[in-house]
Amino acid sequence: MAVATVIEEQKKRTEETALITGSEAIAVACKLADVDVITAYPIRPYDTVMQYVCKLVANGEMDCEYICAEGEHSQFEIVKHASACGARVFCGSSGVGWMYAMEALTVTPALRIPMIAMVGNRALDDPGAFGVEHNDALAVRDLGWQLVWVDTAQEALDTALIAYRVAEDRRVFLPLAISCDGAFLTHSQALVKIPTQKKVNEFLPPYNRGDLLLHPDNPITVAPQGNEDWVMEIRRQNYAAMERSYQVVKEAYADFERIFGRSYGNPFFEEYMTEDADIVLVGMGTLSIPVKVAIRQMRKEGKRVGFVRMRWFRPFAAEELSKSLQRFSAIGVIDRDYSFGSPYLGGVLAGEVRHALYPGNGKKPPVVGFICGLGGREVTVPNVEQMANAVYNAADGKAQPLTQWIGLRE
Amino acid sequence: MGRLFAIEIIYRGIFQKTLATRISRTIVLAAHQEGKMGISFGRYGDSPERNGIPAKNFAIVATDEQTLQEGMAKYEPKEVDVTIVVDDTLCKGVESWAWYGLQPVNRLLKSGGTLIVTSRETPETIIAMTHRKQTPYNLSILKGTVSFSGLWVYKDDHTDVRILGAIAKILPDLFSLQSVQKAIISEWKSELKAISAANAHERTTSIPVKPNQGNPEVPYHFTLPKWHEMREGISIPSIPAGHEMDDPKTHAEGGFQPDRNPTFLKFSTRTMRPVVNFDTCIKCTLCWLQCPDSCFDVTPEGLYDANMKACCGCGVCEAVCPVKNCVTMVNETEFTDNSSQWESWRKDKHSYKVWLEEKIKNPAERSHGFRYRGQYEEQIPEMLEIASGK
Repeated sequence: MAVATVIEEQKKRTEETALITGSEAIAVACKLADVDVITAYPIRPYDTVMQYVCKLVANGEMDCEYICAEGEHSQFEIVKHASACGARVFCGSSGVGWMYAMEALTVTPALRIPMIAMVGNRALDDPGAFGVEHNDALAVRDLGWQLVWVDTAQEALDTALIAYRVAEDRRVFLPLAISCDGAFLTHSQALVKIPTQKKVNEFLPPYNRGDLLLHPDNPITVAPQGNEDWVMEIRRQNYAAMERSYQVVKEAYADFERIFGRSYGNPFFEEYMTEDADIVLVGMGTLSIPVKVAIRQMRKEGKRVGFVRMRWFRPFAAEELSKSLQRFSAIGVIDRDYSFGSPYLGGVLAGEVRHALYPGNGKKPPVVGFICGLGGREVTVPNVEQMANAVYNAADGKAQPLTQWIGLRE
Repeated sequence: MGRLFAIEIIYRGIFQKTLATRISRTIVLAAHQEGKMGISFGRYGDSPERNGIPAKNFAIVATDEQTLQEGMAKYEPKEVDVTIVVDDTLCKGVESWAWYGLQPVNRLLKSGGTLIVTSRETPETIIAMTHRKQTPYNLSILKGTVSFSGLWVYKDDHTDVRILGAIAKILPDLFSLQSVQKAIISEWKSELKAISAANAHERTTSIPVKPNQGNPEVPYHFTLPKWHEMREGISIPSIPAGHEMDDPKTHAEGGFQPDRNPTFLKFSTRTMRPVVNFDTCIKCTLCWLQCPDSCFDVTPEGLYDANMKACCGCGVCEAVCPVKNCVTMVNETEFTDNSSQWESWRKDKHSYKVWLEEKIKNPAERSHGFRYRGQYEEQIPEMLEIASGK
């Protein structure tokens, strides 16, 4: 093909494809969302996002205030205030950096700030490992942050666009953190379809803070001190906003499909080979890849194993999930996190799944919890097979610990 | 169930925090001398670490543990046997830092309960300041100047033990004078204080206050909104900037009156108020500039009128005014309303002058917060003389 023809062919394409990492995909989403204010402070693996945003700004491809803060606390405070003034904002961090911002992270949902943050999931210190663990993002699970986990660079980009749409909806106005597993997603390049600016503009309306806008033309006081006469009512408002978020998420995915022509099915969780499955594994993030491979192998041996990958952790689609999980004879929950001393010593997700299944008279299949892949340790195909076998044992009623460590040297 | 006693102490933040704590603690300790159980605590929503702001302490005492729990099941008692007011200017009503509107000091008092007020005023003056109540109660005045001190030092003028002696007289079922004296000796090892308690016990009398006798003002209050009626994001609309003032005589408009928070007025923090001589004012702006509460309204002719709904009585205006007797701090008990001094002056300058001279002719007998080293030492002998009954 002649070069001119190649160029012509390229011009006809409505959608570009780029070979980029999950972090870079999020940076591209920031550009497409025309984010106004971004603050940065380096910590691996989140820093790959700020580096790429920095490059886009330096190359003149993106126009935003790019502020290097002196630490994560300021990093999140700056965007909190910018968002109160009506700016679309982006922020992010990892591991203990996210923890250092904790005070700012608690006030952000309280003030109904629709901040979008990327958490490059990283083990908490010590021992200072870079690898993935989900405890960093999960630390804000009760505070009014919407939490979503993604497993590919494409999903990272798409979810970031959806995130702005959901968080900035007046019915919600709550911050949202997109969790990307350190290394597996943040540092691996994959082919990503980049939607056109026109379609993004159609999908994502401008951020309108309305009556909550901090501006001289709209004189209001934000965050006055209140005592016991006010706190419960304030918390109840956030409860209602998170309750509404569930519906807004559904609407956003439906619109995403309509405008971009790509569908994620059920927004809250992905089901893989569950139609005919006997047992099911449940997990979040990039461990989906080895799990799917292992399931395909096990199916050759006649083991009908399915997989449910949770995307949205907050809001948590409890009713839908329990309805889905009640179809199976036993459930295994893979946690890339820990919650020491929790009920049955399980991980966070295992506890949430059991909680979702409890109400009502519906079937309650046994749930086995697995703690696995901590600190960036790989979740291997044999690991998955070992877990599936344990779940089969649970289905058969065999006695075994309710929480098991997988991939541990012992 | 045994018997439950509840006593509240209404006091001024900083100046009387230690005093109130000593009273509520020693009530429990004296009752415990007779085998009773009790707790002593401050109302948590208050801010006793703010100068002069009204605050409350409670002592809950019971004849046994289970009855005490009945009293502890609600944080703030719904009714009390005795209310102690350790500064008579509080009788105009109290507004907690926690925004409860203006509350009458006798609000929690049981029918037939007793209001004890530390004061040198007459019962008539105290009753006129105190809001009307539908049920009868008794008023007992503990003669004495108001005991004010700083947060870290204690002005030991025996106000604490004199109040305990008075309680033993008013509510003998709670504890006897002997138990009070035992508690005093055990706490402070001071025979002199034990004698002061006995003197107060001997001299305490009370007069009945009839239903609906007293200050007819309806204290301002507000209704808290429901959760879905509140603005989201912990945001509240700002107070509007303000407006011009209206001259009561000519109806000329001018000057500037800032709009102020209608649900947190703060004037019950005041123990003294500034009285302004508009005839000698040189319009230097210092009072207006230095007032920490922006309480000065600017009149159409450029004078400064201290707004009595906003004034906390700190005395900064008097301290910064360069003209002699132009701004004078006067005991709050001298006044019955919060009306504008400037309006009175505009309406009748001669009458205002007579009124002003009457108000400022006697020097202030109390401190409004500014003090000097050695002031307590000067004040204590007078109080001890009162306490000894000489």
